Amino acid sequence: MSDWRGIAADGLWRNNPGLVQLLGLCPLLAVTSSVINGLGLGLATTATLVISGVTVSAVRRIVRPEIRIPVFVLVIACAVTTIELLMQAWAYELYRVLGIFVPLIVTNCAIMGRAEAFASRNPVPAAAFDGLAMGLGFTAVLVALGALRELTGQGTLLDRAELLLGPLGEGLRVEVFEGYRGFLVSVLPPGAFLGLGLLIALKNAIDARRGARPVAAPAHAHGHGAA
Amino acid sequence: MREFPAATSPHLPPRASVPALMYRVLAALVPGAALATWQFGWGVPVQILLAALLAVTAEAAMVALRRRPVRRALADGSVLVTAALLALALPPYVPWWLTTVAALAAVVLGKHLYGGLGFNPFNPAMVGYVVVLIAFPRELTHWPAPAALAAGPDLATTLAVVFGGGTLPDALTAATPLDHVRTGLSMNRTLAELRADPVMGRLAGTGWEWVALGHLAGGLWLVWRRVADWRIPLGFAAGLGLPALIAWGLDPDVHPSPLFHLLSGGAMLGAFFIATDPVTASTTPRGRLIFGAGAGLVTFLVRGFGGYPDGVAFGVLLMNMAAPALDQLTRPRAFGERR
Repeated sequence: MSDWRGIAADGLWRNNPGLVQLLGLCPLLAVTSSVINGLGLGLATTATLVISGVTVSAVRRIVRPEIRIPVFVLVIACAVTTIELLMQAWAYELYRVLGIFVPLIVTNCAIMGRAEAFASRNPVPAAAFDGLAMGLGFTAVLVALGALRELTGQGTLLDRAELLLGPLGEGLRVEVFEGYRGFLVSVLPPGAFLGLGLLIALKNAIDARRGARPVAAPAHAHGHGAA
Repeated sequence: MREFPAATSPHLPPRASVPALMYRVLAALVPGAALATWQFGWGVPVQILLAALLAVTAEAAMVALRRRPVRRALADGSVLVTAALLALALPPYVPWWLTTVAALAAVVLGKHLYGGLGFNPFNPAMVGYVVVLIAFPRELTHWPAPAALAAGPDLATTLAVVFGGGTLPDALTAATPLDHVRTGLSMNRTLAELRADPVMGRLAGTGWEWVALGHLAGGLWLVWRRVADWRIPLGFAAGLGLPALIAWGLDPDVHPSPLFHLLSGGAMLGAFFIATDPVTASTTPRGRLIFGAGAGLVTFLVRGFGGYPDGVAFGVLLMNMAAPALDQLTRPRAFGERR
């Protein structure tokens, strides 16, 4: 199954971890209060997915099925610890903002899911590419949700970009609405649920419009409701 | 409305259609709304009209978007009830954009994204109210002083405040009785001292007690006409009143009386008009008692220990979530059925 286009389409759209598999919702909902937070965690997750995918795929013939889950966990935990240490070294401020959610990437079921469903059954290059595609798909959702919440919540985009990009990000902050009052719900947890629900609805609407996926037709077009 | 041939059971036709129920609810809101207008001024009718206009527009747009008959959806009056309840829950002098956000959240998020009237698990008016309560906490505590303490602003000032981006002069605002008690207690004053303050009135706050009595009268009429089931308001009164009675009995210096709880804030409006929403409340007899009691208990807990000014909306929404399970667990036994 080295159908590269299919792998890319799965990760980025058709089987997107954030919008379709609905895996890893905890970090997805918790850290997406701004674009940069979402991007930072998305990139960290992507790196974890690629590293763990490659490793799991490389050892897939030596690991006995009975102990595969503990082995996957160890591999993922090693990858996450490495990334955590790297973030502490290079992006300490962002690490502090993302807090507990960086070590918690270990428990992101999207990663375990890809290790089990894809990497343990496919050759190394395909597993690496799948990790990349899934990670980028996840990152895209994190960034989109972060943008939606940051825009409605505080009226800016790319606020505090220097956390991730260093001096390069200093001037990136965009004040979209001048003197915006701020819609506090968006930044609080309910906004994450509302925003994710709207994004999923948007994806389903796009799919339905393109006819890419048979969506159940509205079965009750008339004849119900009051009375 | 479709008419079904009565060839098979049920042979007893329903007592009232949806529009008839909804217009009775609207009629029952009149005394409370009138007393609120008397106490808090022009802001009350202005907000009701504004919310109704916005909610009807949003309803029409959503129904058209869903390719359903617009006229029928508007004629059932449910959106007007939502708008009226929302407007009566909001402080009367909030800016127009806040009412807009609340009305859109109520009709679009709370009602139509779930499938419209009959399919919404949460009371739409309370969804709209809670969205703005969480988003704009400062505006939602900005209540005007009741008529006995300050003459309300005239119509021109009201319109300027609501639509012109102005704010109510500080002289015309006052803490709500619930807020007053909360702040007073946090400053180590006792309730006996607080009761002497002008905003506290005779029973449950100057002005507020009148509005609550108005809603009580309208609500009792609804119960008498069997539009609302008595079990939900009774459960609500018990769920709010009994814990309040116990706390008050233990230490009347720091816990307000049950009467104060029942007649202040949104308790009466919530018990008779919001918790009794036929779509989102429990539907079994025992389930309704528990539903009301749960909403009342949450109200008591939020008022006593929470960070928000009142807890009726949270109580109703949390119990809305529990309603399907309540219905399942309290299903009445059919005649002859064994467990």
